[in-house]
Amino acid sequence: MASATIHDHANDHSHDHAHHGPGPWTRIFTTTNHKDIGSMYLWFSLLMFFVGGAMALLIRAELFTPGLQVVQPEVFNSLTTVHALVMIFGAVMPAFVGFANWLIPLQIGAADMAFPRMNNWSFWLMIPATVLLMASFFVPGGAAASGWTLYPPLSTQGGIGVDMTIIAIHILGASSIMGSINIITTILNMRAPGMTLMRMPMFVWTWLITAYLIIAVMPVLAGCITMLLTDRHFGTAFFNAAGGGDPTMFMHIFWFFGHPEVYILILPAFGIMSQIIPTFSRKPLFGYASMVYATASIAILSFIVWGHHMFTVGMPAAGQLFFMYATMLIAVPTGVKIFNWIATMWRGSITFETPMLFAIGFLCMFTLGGFSGLVLSIVPVDITLHNTYYVVAHFHYVLFPGAIWALMAGVYFWLPKWTGRMYNETLGKWHFWLSAISFNVTFFPQHFLGLAGMPRRIPDYALQFAEWNMISTIGAFALGFSQLLFVYNVFSCIRSGEKAKERQWDSADSLEWTHLPSPVPYHTFEMPPDLRGAKAVH
Amino acid sequence: MFVELLNGRIIKLIRFEIMKSINANGQQHALAALARSVSIGLMFLVSPATALAAYDVNIAAPASPISAQIYGLHMYILYVCAAIFVVVFALMFYSIFKFRRSNGSKPDVNFHESTLIEIIWTLIPFVILLFMAIPATKTVLDMKDTTNPDMTVKVTGYQWGWRYDYAAEEVGFYSSLSTPWSQIGQPGEKATEEKGKDYLLEVDNPMVVPVGKRVRLLVTSNDVIHGWYVPQLGVNQYGIPGFVKDVWFKADKVGTFKGQCSQICGKLHGYMPITVVVKTEADYAKWVAEAKARWGTAPVAAVAAVPAAVAAPEPGKPLTLVDLKTAGEKVYAANCVACHQASGKGMPPTFPALSGSKVVLGPTDGQINILLNGKPGTAMASFARLSDFEVAAVMTYTKNSWDNSTGKFVTPDDVKAKRKS
Ligand code: HEM
Ligand SMILES: [Cu+2]
Repeated sequence: MASATIHDHANDHSHDHAHHGPGPWTRIFTTTNHKDIGSMYLWFSLLMFFVGGAMALLIRAELFTPGLQVVQPEVFNSLTTVHALVMIFGAVMPAFVGFANWLIPLQIGAADMAFPRMNNWSFWLMIPATVLLMASFFVPGGAAASGWTLYPPLSTQGGIGVDMTIIAIHILGASSIMGSINIITTILNMRAPGMTLMRMPMFVWTWLITAYLIIAVMPVLAGCITMLLTDRHFGTAFFNAAGGGDPTMFMHIFWFFGHPEVYILILPAFGIMSQIIPTFSRKPLFGYASMVYATASIAILSFIVWGHHMFTVGMPAAGQLFFMYATMLIAVPTGVKIFNWIATMWRGSITFETPMLFAIGFLCMFTLGGFSGLVLSIVPVDITLHNTYYVVAHFHYVLFPGAIWALMAGVYFWLPKWTGRMYNETLGKWHFWLSAISFNVTFFPQHFLGLAGMPRRIPDYALQFAEWNMISTIGAFALGFSQLLFVYNVFSCIRSGEKAKERQWDSADSLEWTHLPSPVPYHTFEMPPDLRGAKAVH
Repeated sequence: MFVELLNGRIIKLIRFEIMKSINANGQQHALAALARSVSIGLMFLVSPATALAAYDVNIAAPASPISAQIYGLHMYILYVCAAIFVVVFALMFYSIFKFRRSNGSKPDVNFHESTLIEIIWTLIPFVILLFMAIPATKTVLDMKDTTNPDMTVKVTGYQWGWRYDYAAEEVGFYSSLSTPWSQIGQPGEKATEEKGKDYLLEVDNPMVVPVGKRVRLLVTSNDVIHGWYVPQLGVNQYGIPGFVKDVWFKADKVGTFKGQCSQICGKLHGYMPITVVVKTEADYAKWVAEAKARWGTAPVAAVAAVPAAVAAPEPGKPLTLVDLKTAGEKVYAANCVACHQASGKGMPPTFPALSGSKVVLGPTDGQINILLNGKPGTAMASFARLSDFEVAAVMTYTKNSWDNSTGKFVTPDDVKAKRKS
């Protein structure tokens, strides 16, 4: 075995026992170990996933039938607002950072992240931020209720809850920026000898690009909400026409952040897909280089399409046409990725373990989300569908089976490596099929609702929308409760799963599978593996 | 044929059943709903076409040249996407089934790069997109062409209703939800009245336009951003406070077209519908004459939001507390009840109680001020659009209802004086 030296080192368990010093609580607060921090990120995001999910179910419960039954309209508005913020900033982003922490050092042969203490901070900053966000429900005036997009002047009307939300987003943004600096530095400086950029696993590549996106747009968001804050309290009028400002300017700045943000939520998912699909097809990823270029072009294009969220503000025809063409163009590299994944399966030898099921589910559903995106990119069609349930269906198709399923596929895929134990395959398959069916029952009808003209963010609706809403709510509850299977599976895997093999998936070929035992020891790659001359690993 | 007929019947029945149970109590037993949904699902399997016919699954029938273009564009894009979908999914499922290990497939590890294929599957989508972009561009240009209007209407969004000002006709009026709260209900309080056919889509004063005329809309807002959205006319336009944006439509048939506010605008965002009534030219002229009589002079302050409910007092007749309070109750029901509640207890802290409120019990000026100017930074909007009489009436009502019994009343003259200052 080429990796003999590393094994010797990694199997030297003296390191594992060197952590008697701090007790478990002190360790949680002070750890600088990328694996600890990765796990903390993942647990945190799992918790937030259920918090956000509970809000979603309250929303769907209200929408079960016409009329007001469950919550007051302004509470409903707060729920939609905070549901989105929690899912984006509390669940999906931290979960991907958790994966980055766990996997990037292992996959490039580094001992840890470049700035371990900053890493600890990036995690812990999220706690006060989340507490602020959740506490805003209980202050006078309630939580922000303007939709996650926080458009003024509506967002200037709210109470102190809006300020708490702004501060929370600031802190979460700082946390992501710190995380991204760490990731970029680690990837650029700490690769093992021979791990050239074009040999890095796709997950590492997608995170490198994502981290640049985060650094580019989070400060824009920060500026945007700071102006909102000063408009609220210090008499500025950035977004107030009466003082010479312009509410539309807020939208431009917000979406200059917001559109790249949706790619921040999906690019690392592409990375996970690009590792799982080849593994279970037992073939290298098709078109590795073009996958890298496609990811990069999506990231670059994502900066020039923000106007597609604003076709109804009344921008000039030239603006509408520019943003329409640019948005349509994004479908090209997105298509390339999908074709490459299919070509990876082509002439493979495919098996359908749970991670692969979720990956195939991702492929199917994400493609559908891409189609509805394309429909929405057509300005005249978007004008009739903007702010309807069609948009809600679109972004849930790309985000739930996109980001969330990729995360779940990733957890099933790497759990054996992380814990040294196997999850329950039968339960995993149940989890997949229940999710797949209930997801579509929940969100497919929302296309119809949108086409028929049902606006989003309303607590009550006309009778013509009743049937689809009822079906959607039933699907949503099934979908929500199906996710408990996942939690159970993860817990029982950790506690009593069967022992996993070092290379649980026979053709997984990144370093964590080829060079390290399962579970991975607490310290790894203190001496980088020498990969010069070795066969490329993707 | 028979099967279709039967299906149509069953669907109608199910639909009716659902409606009935919703109407009866605004609530549903989950189990019953599940059973219904399952039967609906089965229906799709039996005969998708008929089953779907009973449900809204597509954009509503277009009623203007632009919305007809939109409808056509959407169908075109949908068919192209469906074709791509078939190809992509066929390839995907073919590879999933054909190349599965249990089928004995051996991996061809050398098939992992092909520049030619990559170029092909970059170019083909690009060309397809070109063919989508061309008709879309044409429609965009048509939509944006607001020149040569036959008439112009200014549309202003309010929290939570609309105002229409007809420039040439010199008519202006407010339009807001006419569905009573007794049909809507409250958490913990069932709706006491059956939900009507146009539940949440009905307004007191619809916008009226003549058929076949190019109507130019100048859309703006008085407070936060709203969205004037009537899909069948092909219009969805933000109203942005401080800015005026123009759009146009031409209704090509007589009828009533409905829409809703499309941009979240606060608590009652879900309760600000839009109705456009398209009339023949003769009927339109008649309407203008009536409207002029009713809302003739356009200035905002003089226009009553709920003219039908609250008639102005006869000039010269002395006002009594009882008269004012009775009128005020109606004004309250139309404008205040959603937030401050019928009980006057509000929904603190966002919507403070008026019962026992210091402002209400305190000096008249303070309350007039809040009513006319709103309270910046809160959801309390300005109600300057109410007439002096209505402001006086609703104030009198609040001062003498629930736990409040000041015995005081406010006169329209008080309000007028304050409005001037
Ligand atoms: C083929 C690729 C895509 C295209 C052409 C596309 C196009 C669009 C368009 C035109 C809108 C605006 C709709 C409107 O508000 O009227 C939109 C909304 C949205 N898209 Fe996509 N999209 C694509 C992929 C994605 C992906 C990959 C994600 C995230 C993973 C995403 C997330 C969203 C979200 C979150 C919104 C709604 C934001 C909001 O208003 O709250 N989209 N998309
Ligand atoms: Cu976007």
